[in-house]
Amino acid sequence: MELLITIVSGLFLLVGSFLCLSGGVGIIRFPDFYTRMHAVGVTDTLGSVMILTGLMMQSSDLLVIAKLIMVLLLILLVGPTTSHVLAKAAFHNGLQPKGLSTENKHNNKESSSSNT
Amino acid sequence: MLIAATVAIFIAMLLAIFRGIAGPTLYDRILAVNTFGTKTVLMISLLGFVMGRPEFLDIAIVYALINFISVIGVLRYSDTDQFKHTPPNKKSEEEL
Amino acid sequence: MKHTISLFITLAAFWLLNSGHYSVLILSLGLASIALIIYIANKMDVVDQESQPLYLSRKIFGYYFWLIIEIIKANTTVVKHIWLGKKTISPTLKKIKVTQQTDMGKVIYANSITLTPGTVAIDINEDEILVHALIAEDLDSLEFGEMDRRVTSLEN
Repeated sequence: MELLITIVSGLFLLVGSFLCLSGGVGIIRFPDFYTRMHAVGVTDTLGSVMILTGLMMQSSDLLVIAKLIMVLLLILLVGPTTSHVLAKAAFHNGLQPKGLSTENKHNNKESSSSNT
Repeated sequence: MLIAATVAIFIAMLLAIFRGIAGPTLYDRILAVNTFGTKTVLMISLLGFVMGRPEFLDIAIVYALINFISVIGVLRYSDTDQFKHTPPNKKSEEEL
Repeated sequence: MKHTISLFITLAAFWLLNSGHYSVLILSLGLASIALIIYIANKMDVVDQESQPLYLSRKIFGYYFWLIIEIIKANTTVVKHIWLGKKTISPTLKKIKVTQQTDMGKVIYANSITLTPGTVAIDINEDEILVHALIAEDLDSLEFGEMDRRVTSLEN
């Protein structure tokens, strides 16, 4: 039983660190601000969930588990809020996304100027 | 495995710092600082377990809050002139 | 009244879990600070349906479970595209219709869109959300309306 928990928690930590590393690579690799934001989303959501769940399994203290859950909830609640605020500020200050593959580019420019 | 995860997070933090230095826009920098903060929270929790001192989790909670407040605080000023996105040849990005 | 009680329970749990000391002095200090916060919150007039959405609490856990599955799926797609490189992505900006009536429903929907990697809600007005997506197919599945339908059914 002890061994099983160690293996499963190690697996969670491994997947989590892979996801965080992918998020870091995505920040470097992607072409513009909006796409980089999606790469950050990977770290913010599943990466931290995996790492903190892995840590939860290694602990037997109930208080420590509760604190880990608190950190996890904070990250999950705060992450989308900051990325939305950041995206909104960038969009309203005239930073246009690069390489759009659709037709409604013109449309969006109108709406951004009317909202500022 | 804990140490491997710590090293992986550390490399990811280095990549985020690199993006923060490289820019090119102000928003890329704020994004890099934000993701750096999230990874710091994860790293503090991991280090607490590596060193066998789970009290570090309190610091992680506080750090998560500070990270949130700092990003929101910077973006409160996003309707001032300094945040206007200007073409690459004459942009002003001394802020961060 | 029930909102005040729910705020009290939340704050008390937060204090007890964070402190870890259960002597009389510490507990009474905690009680005093909870009372202070409830007093300030009442003065600020923020203890209501909006800050303590109790009516959601029955259905929200089923929604969270579904959302976690969605997040895992979206994560695998985004990670795949990170390693495949920038040739394979197709960034898209589009307006999505929302069918929620209440502010709370709209906020939950927009937040869920942002929480799933690959899509970010940029702006919201009366009945539309402006969404930036990493891959065009992600937007198609959003327009198909599974998430929208589930959030709308949370509302009442």
